[in-house]
Amino acid sequence: MKNMIAIFQKQIKDTLKNKSVLVQFLIFPVMSIIMECSIHIEGMPEHFFANMFAAMYVGMAPLVAMSAIISEEKEKNTLRVLFMSNVKPTEYLAGVGSYIWVICMLGGCVIGISGGYKGAVLLSFLVIVGAGILVSMLIGAAIGTSSKNQMAATSLTVPVMVVFSFLPMLSMFNESIEKIAKITYSQQVSILINGMGKSGVNLENVVIISCNLLAAAVLFGYAYKKSGMT
Amino acid sequence: MEYVIEMRNIVKKFAQKEVLKGVNLKVSHGEIFGLLGPSGAGKTTIIKILTGQLQCTEGVSTILGQDTAALTSFVYRKMGMMMDNLGLYERLSCYDNLKLFAKIYDVPQGRISEVLKQVDLAEAAKVPVSKLSKGMRGRLALARAVMNEPELLFLDEPSSGLDPQAVTMIHQLIRKEQKRGAAIFLTTHNMEEAGKLCDHIALLNEGKIVEYGSPKEICLRYNHQNKLQIRLLDGRNVVLPNGKFAADEVKEYLAKEMVETIHSTEPSLETVFMELTGRRFE
Ligand SMILES: Nc1ncnc2c1ncn2[C@@H]1O[C@H](COP(=O)(O)OP(=O)(O)O)[C@@H](O)[C@H]1O
Ligand SMILES: [Mg+2]
Repeated sequence: MKNMIAIFQKQIKDTLKNKSVLVQFLIFPVMSIIMECSIHIEGMPEHFFANMFAAMYVGMAPLVAMSAIISEEKEKNTLRVLFMSNVKPTEYLAGVGSYIWVICMLGGCVIGISGGYKGAVLLSFLVIVGAGILVSMLIGAAIGTSSKNQMAATSLTVPVMVVFSFLPMLSMFNESIEKIAKITYSQQVSILINGMGKSGVNLENVVIISCNLLAAAVLFGYAYKKSGMT
Repeated sequence: MEYVIEMRNIVKKFAQKEVLKGVNLKVSHGEIFGLLGPSGAGKTTIIKILTGQLQCTEGVSTILGQDTAALTSFVYRKMGMMMDNLGLYERLSCYDNLKLFAKIYDVPQGRISEVLKQVDLAEAAKVPVSKLSKGMRGRLALARAVMNEPELLFLDEPSSGLDPQAVTMIHQLIRKEQKRGAAIFLTTHNMEEAGKLCDHIALLNEGKIVEYGSPKEICLRYNHQNKLQIRLLDGRNVVLPNGKFAADEVKEYLAKEMVETIHSTEPSLETVFMELTGRRFE
């Protein structure tokens, strides 16, 4: 627990100076505020921008941040030094993971509030976003763990993140994409957010997100076993 | 536990390449041990095996009585390490780099300024690592390695590429650590450093230990010539066998106050190792 907190605190200081990760955390919350405040078109669905950006945020920020942080620590050999100082891999992952989750939840909060969500609806919004963040983090951890350095990680992260974060948006405009996109967690997050207070949650949503979570966990487990994080 | 480090018949293969071909080593409590060898000899590989970063192909090695194939936190807490790629957080300051490890090692925060002062980085405490010179980075890594007052300290080429002042400081710190009771295992390709600093040295060449002993012992062992070299005030150079036959002649020179310098011809570590490896270290 002590080591996990130490890693968490280290990460706060480091991210403030790490522009490429910081941008990931900030871009969608900021865009959401700007768009929600400035653009009002007749007949546009309520919370349009907040909902769209939330789904993209979930598919992008946690995945990129997790993979970037882990692969950088591998490349610079800091991860090895931590492990040789008696930090357990689980403590490290818990420290970095909890940090990213908290920051992304704050970002999610900003997006939700900018979209005008309040009270119980905001809470459901955050629960949905929080589940999506978890899946993204596991995918990011799998990529970071299996990559030797940051370059290798980025070349994997970019295509994966584009698929997950843009599918929800593309689905709005194309029905055949929507049918395929349904099996991804980011599209399910989008469906759930758009359905809040209307269609609610059904079994299909829960099952698909759980399957995604499980698949990501298995993927990470495999990457971890193969490379042992060092 | 008699030795802090023991390696028995260690073989290490990378793919087909056999890098270590049966290495045997012993390091006692509280000694400074130097592993010397030309670059590519396998020095870093040995440190990695000893610290559990690599598994050997054959043989057994232990540190602090524990098999290096399965080190536990018991050993991790008692060791310090500085590898050639230092593993520092570039964006964090010197102080913040050490603060992380102060928390991990559970040592009081006051220890941070203490070790920073020891490596002469107190004034650079707030400077991010990315702005430090190579020498300063090395010193910071060393400060981190001694943070937890380790019983066993591994230093992989601690002085390579540093200016003479920084080297002197690092040597002082290493001696201080020894006085505190730590055993130090260091690698170097600098003979002079090894001769001055180490209680025992081993020479690694092409995957095998080809010589072991105290620097003095080793030099004496290669004293094939065993001669005296006398330089006289009149500029003549006289070389005499080191034995009773030369006594009268030496006595005469001394009596007549003719001697400028007098040396035995035992080789330096450098010449011994060049003889053994057939090449100069760089
Ligand atoms: N991971 C590795 N894979 C393949 N060969 C390696 C690896 N690590 C080291 N070597 C080889 O082992 C030899 C010894 O390397 P090293 O221990 O780094 O030497 P030194 O530290 O004495 O300069 C070198 O020839 C190097 O190329
Ligand atoms: Mg080396």
